[in-house]
Amino acid sequence: MAQAVPANQKWWGGGRSPFNVEYGKLMMWYFLMSDAFTFGAFLISYGTVRFSSNGWPDPNHVFSSFPFAGSMHMPLVFVSLMTFILIASSVTMVLAVGAGHAMDKKGVMKYLFFTIIGGLMFLGCQAWEWTHLHHEGAWWGRNPFLNFDGTPSSTNFTNFFFTITGFHGFHVFSGVIINIVMLIMTWRGVFERRGHYLMIEKAGLYWHFVDLVWVFVFTCFYLF
Amino acid sequence: MSNEAVLHGHPEVVTTHEVHHDEHHVHHHKETFITKYVFSQDHKMIAKQFLITGMTWAIIGGLMSVLFRLQLGYPDQTFPWLEDILGRWAKGGKITAENYYALVTMHGTVLVFFVLTGGLSGTFANFLIPLQCGARDMASPFMNMLSYWFFFGGSVVMLSSLFIQTGPFSGGWTAYPPLSALGDASPGSKTGMDLWITAMAMFVISSLLGGLNYISTVLNLRTKGMSMTRLPLTIWALFFTAVLGVLSFPVLLSGFILLLFDRHAGTSFYLSDIYINGVGALPNEGGSAILFQHLFWFLGHPEVYIILLPAMGMASEILSVNARKPIFGYMAMVGSLFAITILAFLVWAHHMFVTGLNPFLGSVFVLLTLLIAVPSAIKVFNWLTTIWKANIRFTPGMLFALGFVSLFISGGLTGIFLGNSTLDIHLHDTYFVIAHFHIVMGVSAFFGMFAGIYHWFPKMYGRYLNSTMAYVHFWVTLIGAYLIFWPMHYEGLAGMPRRYLDYSIWESFKQFSDLNKFISTVAMIVFAVQLMFVFNFFYSIFKGRKVTTQNPWGSTTLEWTAPIRPGHGNWPGEIPEVHRWAYDYSKDGRDFIPQTEPINPNESKH
Repeated sequence: MAQAVPANQKWWGGGRSPFNVEYGKLMMWYFLMSDAFTFGAFLISYGTVRFSSNGWPDPNHVFSSFPFAGSMHMPLVFVSLMTFILIASSVTMVLAVGAGHAMDKKGVMKYLFFTIIGGLMFLGCQAWEWTHLHHEGAWWGRNPFLNFDGTPSSTNFTNFFFTITGFHGFHVFSGVIINIVMLIMTWRGVFERRGHYLMIEKAGLYWHFVDLVWVFVFTCFYLF
Repeated sequence: MSNEAVLHGHPEVVTTHEVHHDEHHVHHHKETFITKYVFSQDHKMIAKQFLITGMTWAIIGGLMSVLFRLQLGYPDQTFPWLEDILGRWAKGGKITAENYYALVTMHGTVLVFFVLTGGLSGTFANFLIPLQCGARDMASPFMNMLSYWFFFGGSVVMLSSLFIQTGPFSGGWTAYPPLSALGDASPGSKTGMDLWITAMAMFVISSLLGGLNYISTVLNLRTKGMSMTRLPLTIWALFFTAVLGVLSFPVLLSGFILLLFDRHAGTSFYLSDIYINGVGALPNEGGSAILFQHLFWFLGHPEVYIILLPAMGMASEILSVNARKPIFGYMAMVGSLFAITILAFLVWAHHMFVTGLNPFLGSVFVLLTLLIAVPSAIKVFNWLTTIWKANIRFTPGMLFALGFVSLFISGGLTGIFLGNSTLDIHLHDTYFVIAHFHIVMGVSAFFGMFAGIYHWFPKMYGRYLNSTMAYVHFWVTLIGAYLIFWPMHYEGLAGMPRRYLDYSIWESFKQFSDLNKFISTVAMIVFAVQLMFVFNFFYSIFKGRKVTTQNPWGSTTLEWTAPIRPGHGNWPGEIPEVHRWAYDYSKDGRDFIPQTEPINPNESKH
């Protein structure tokens, strides 16, 4: 039909993306929704079991060590540092995406590098924490910690702790791998030739999601 | 960087647009056997791969039901040939109890996931979404290929569990712990269960890869003029199916991960206070077996609609085409699909009324469950109104679509009984439940699938299925389905529990021995007729009557504007532009007006 194009664009009329994004970004958003349900199921399971238990260990007591600090009582200091590192890596990821928008290859590489370092540092911290807890006798199926009131605790404290932080750590690990691939592709000029750094944006979405999930994991395991 | 650059500069997007501008591009592909038939990235070939894999599973799963029906119908007889094919699982020609449970479990798992989810939505979402939306292919053909191969891999793992020493998993398709969590609890809970979980995890990945693709294709790649409200109802149904899968399968995956830890890492997520005969008391405490049921049914209930929605969508389309009338209440159909999608997430605990669920919570779930009757009834009345006073063409596809409506009504009505928590105390875990869900989601989804196969076979293979065999297939299957499952309602009301090996030793259920024999006989006849359909399918691929016109059903939708045997890219030249909704039948004295025809200023409004 020979009609004048209406002034207001028909976003849902077909022939274009209604959200003005290419399919990969759309898929990433839907994947993250799906993944949110995975973590949601884990955390709700944790809540269900915890609230039906008679007692639970005190996180201020369990998570009170710091590397090289000996027996000094420093509740939640180490995990706060971990959280800070992860959030800082989100900041550098934002800067990498911003540099991508500006088509600044060097900037993208620099900030991606920092993000990867941040991710690796977080994983290192987690490895230390797991090792430390393991030395104290904690593992899947083993829980040396007592409840708040001094009564013996069920093993579900450690079961859920290792499963959920492990699953999150696996996500961080995947994110680091993705970022390394992105770094190599940037370095080889793939995105420069393509004319845009959209892949960095998608990797960024994933990375921020993993950070956001950590905020919930942190709240559920360390603060309550 | 402008958004235009992103939208049109991305290499994967370029491929779809490249074909757009240069139609010869499609024909110059060097296709080897491997890239065309095995690792194909063409959505039509992937759809056929899903279909044929699903059909293979349907035969295996159906054969399992024949085997255990043999036991249920003739508990006092022995069949020496059973020992020949099943070996020590049928010592002396009688299926052992352990194998009986394994058969029942695998029948459920295979039919629910590998046939009616993978085989149904894998086939038709892949085949119809690009063709009916007007796209060259899926948003990501590569992920689409991976989706099939994860499905295939999961199938291989699941199939392999049939052949191991301790046998396949035998604790029911719902895999409730503690039976599924403890290898010591039964032989099937050993390696069989590990393979079961592995296969299911691969299935979840396949469904996620597929679902993301379906959603983004429907949203992003509709052709010019194809607004959401001009989409055929098949696409709406497949879209909501994908949304359901993407949001509910991850919860099942979480449940499986916890289950895996319980099995192998000494955790007690689902375990507490357990004593196993011969092993003794277990140290596990603090877990909750009910927790798994919540996680399972949060998928398990939406799964019912993942199975049913594609059948609903295809039936809507096929009823309208063959009634030569527009679908009645298009927006109400879309709205009711949406309502079903939302409600699907809010009713899972109606599977758990007798688990000790708080009765107040139960009453909330009763309310939400019964609410599903509203959108379901809207759909049923719209189907009936669509065929009301229509000049119906009784093609095989149409017959199966009508059969779908019949079965959906019959099975849906018994759902109202089961949705009441008080009645459920009596009916739970009886044959009433078996009858209900087999009619409403098993057989009716199969009818939707058959309708789709008969209707779109000419588009898939450029040939027709044989109609005589199709009519025999339809009538025997429809009558057979009612003869098999109708009597089960009476057995269930009399309290006959499901999953028992032998009812003849129970004074209360002895009276049903002739009825059970009758059901088993009909089941075998119906199974034989399905084999005839499979023969018809493969025979017609090579020898069927050839399709000579582009639009054999006189249909308005886009897939019939493509060549009879479309290549990769679907349309040579430009993708057609859409100017109207998909249901302009018998309008202004014309039999039908294709979606591609511009609106005439003198046309009446619909």
